[in-house]
Amino acid sequence: MTDFTPWSALAGGMLLGLSVTLLMLLSGRTGGISGILGGIWGASRNEWPWRLAFIGAMAASFLFNPLLGLSEAALPDYSLAWLIAGGLAVGVGTQLGNGCTSGHGICGIGRFSLRSIVATLVFMASAALVVWLTGGLGVAHV
Amino acid sequence: MFKVLVGLLTGLLFGLGMNVSQMVNPYKVANFLDVTGHWDASLACVIGGALLVFVPFYHLLIKPRSHAVNGEAIQCSTQKILTPKLLIGAAIFGIGWGMVGICPGPAVASLLRGEAAIYWFLLSMMLGHYASKRVFK
Repeated sequence: MTDFTPWSALAGGMLLGLSVTLLMLLSGRTGGISGILGGIWGASRNEWPWRLAFIGAMAASFLFNPLLGLSEAALPDYSLAWLIAGGLAVGVGTQLGNGCTSGHGICGIGRFSLRSIVATLVFMASAALVVWLTGGLGVAHV
Repeated sequence: MFKVLVGLLTGLLFGLGMNVSQMVNPYKVANFLDVTGHWDASLACVIGGALLVFVPFYHLLIKPRSHAVNGEAIQCSTQKILTPKLLIGAAIFGIGWGMVGICPGPAVASLLRGEAAIYWFLLSMMLGHYASKRVFK
């Protein structure tokens, strides 16, 4: 059970919005994490350094949590097989579908792209179906 | 160099957004998707907050520009057609997302937590991404 936290969600969302706005305005790139991460390997010298910087700074942002009064919630007790299956599906799906929650759900929807609007509806629907079938993360330890 | 600095700044903002919004908590994500159970609408506010900033800036400031500030072309998908590949890919992504409650953003933002689960998730995700790129291109 988690509580509805509209204000922190809205504030965090605005930070995401500021991030993708600046990235596109200043560097002309889409702030989609699956794309940024997936494009690090084999990318040109004009591409991989900024992607690595983005991923590194994003990971390091975690260090500001104590300053912001944030603590990390415990992760579910995943089984290794469940994690790997989920990870593979996320990797294959975001590659085939050209994006994830950030690339489609924020940047694409924000540009009013039909493809992104439909993709977001599809991945939210299939995710909701899986959550319904599995009782949330209730069987993640299997 | 400019582009790397932009990467650092925007990566930091993105990571902070992930942590502040608590989207790094898989239970928040699962409860958003659990529309028939204990529904937690927070994730909708995250996307709403992001769009509140990005939509006006994109349409008023970015779209009218021919190039980004650093002189490079603004790279956005120009595809308009709904392809089976897009729909199948989105459906597969959703299955994985629903299984673990983690998508690429929260995984990267949780990298330094030192949790083995995050390493395994990211490793299999990148393997899946790479394999799919090799097989379907």
